[in-house]
Amino acid sequence: MPKKFIEDFVILENKRQTSEFVILTLQHPTNLPKIYPGQFAEIKVEGSPNTFLRRPLSIHDVDYQNNTIKLLVQEVGEGTRRLAAMKPGESLNLIYPLGTYYSLPSSNKVLLVGGGCGVAPLLFLGRFLHENGIKPRFLIGAKSSAQLVELDEYRKLGEVFITTEDGSAGTKGFVIHHPIMKTYKPDFDWIYTCGPEAMMKVIAKYALKRNLNCEVSLENMMACGIGACLCCITPTIEGNKCTCTDGPVFNSKYLKW
Amino acid sequence: MVDLSVNIGDLNLKNPVMTASGTFGYGVEYQDFIDINSLGGIIVKGTTGSPREGNPYPRMAETPQGMLNAVGLQNKGVDAFINEIWPKIRTFDTNIIVNVSGSTIEEYVETAEKLALVPDIVGIELNISCPNVKEGGMAFGTSCSSARQVTRAVRNVFPRHLMVKLSPNVTDIVEIAKEVEDAGADSISLVNTFLGMAIDAETRRPLLSTITGGLSGPCIKPIALRMVWQVADAVKVPVVGMGGISSASDAIEFLLAGASAIQVGTANFINPSISQEIVNGIADYLVRHNFNSVTELIGALELD
Repeated sequence: MPKKFIEDFVILENKRQTSEFVILTLQHPTNLPKIYPGQFAEIKVEGSPNTFLRRPLSIHDVDYQNNTIKLLVQEVGEGTRRLAAMKPGESLNLIYPLGTYYSLPSSNKVLLVGGGCGVAPLLFLGRFLHENGIKPRFLIGAKSSAQLVELDEYRKLGEVFITTEDGSAGTKGFVIHHPIMKTYKPDFDWIYTCGPEAMMKVIAKYALKRNLNCEVSLENMMACGIGACLCCITPTIEGNKCTCTDGPVFNSKYLKW
Repeated sequence: MVDLSVNIGDLNLKNPVMTASGTFGYGVEYQDFIDINSLGGIIVKGTTGSPREGNPYPRMAETPQGMLNAVGLQNKGVDAFINEIWPKIRTFDTNIIVNVSGSTIEEYVETAEKLALVPDIVGIELNISCPNVKEGGMAFGTSCSSARQVTRAVRNVFPRHLMVKLSPNVTDIVEIAKEVEDAGADSISLVNTFLGMAIDAETRRPLLSTITGGLSGPCIKPIALRMVWQVADAVKVPVVGMGGISSASDAIEFLLAGASAIQVGTANFINPSISQEIVNGIADYLVRHNFNSVTELIGALELD
């Protein structure tokens, strides 16, 4: 396991994307340690009396040149609303980098499937794959076009396919309904996914049927984030495992889905 | 230079700060954040006779200034502890105490017997207070006769330090404390979690798979402090206090109430360096108040 740190970052920018999403850019005072796509940080939310525990958030992007990381924050409760209201100059305490990460594929035909806030680690993963000579393709699902963020950033890295539940952008329906998922023999053999569990289960089943490699990233509730409290477990073929240290990225075949 | 060392019976602690079972893994999980050897002791995760998978997800719910958990003693069992985990942690230069739990007196005894055969395990903490298992656990700690029985049975097979961890979910914790003292406990730790519950009003469902779970964190501190004060006043064996300790001043309050040492629990989840910060904070307090030794604080509550 790579070394974990507990450190203060300074907020450099808070960029609102939609009514419920913001992207925070955080700067580290010195050189960032190596962070891999799929890893997360446990964030201490100050000034939110009912937010007792840290909040686990995926690392959305990393810039080693400027020593910054980005977090995609969806406002869902008091804690994330406070995070989304943070201003440049304020500081934020992180425990990071935590958890397992997506592995490099043995093929260059990959599809990254994200739903809702689950797109968070896929931009960083896409960049990582791109830097390793693999052109990623993205399939992004959202409730409506209003929930789609930063599509231009993804398009810089590879082709982007969209589905929305209300049909306001891309194909109407869920990600599984997109035409590229319709063929029995798709032209990708690795799938990386992050999003609502129901979506990931459908994708994992799809991959299993076609013998594709599939890595999923779970979003279980956590307390410690470092494998001590055993609260965030998920059932696997080897028994209950911690989502924070044995995950959040798992090969879908390893999970009891 | 102030003296931070304390004794709990025959155990010598560098300082009164230990970490509570179930909140600190086996110590190794925290190595990136603190020097484990700087602590007075660590109480490792609850260990049972056979491996346990624990309760289904969700096992945790956040509450105001605290959390509920229903982990249910997930662990690999005593044999795996001794063969796989102990070799990796035994070289820590601190008191490593093994928390022992079970469903039956036989399971407690069998686990303690196996641990007794590992000579460098200095002590065990008998967990008669886990609220999250269907059988045993807290049931042993909520009646005087079963608390006495299980303590005596384990006392008979475990020759080194025997700490007994009490449940606060009782009418009179002092009665239980006296029973376990009489049955041969070398020290008493309290409190384990309070039985609690959380409901999602929107979905009209419980937030834990087990419906109820154990409440911990700063929200329980005043009740825990009161119980430590009552028990320390009533027994002769040393008392180890815990319940929501999140700062040096919280720790000092428990010492003043009569605890000879303290355990930091849930606070480890929010700040993995907190136990070491509390050690440093106690040292600062001693300097600031002109004490030479932390032992001067034990039971030093001023009443006039």
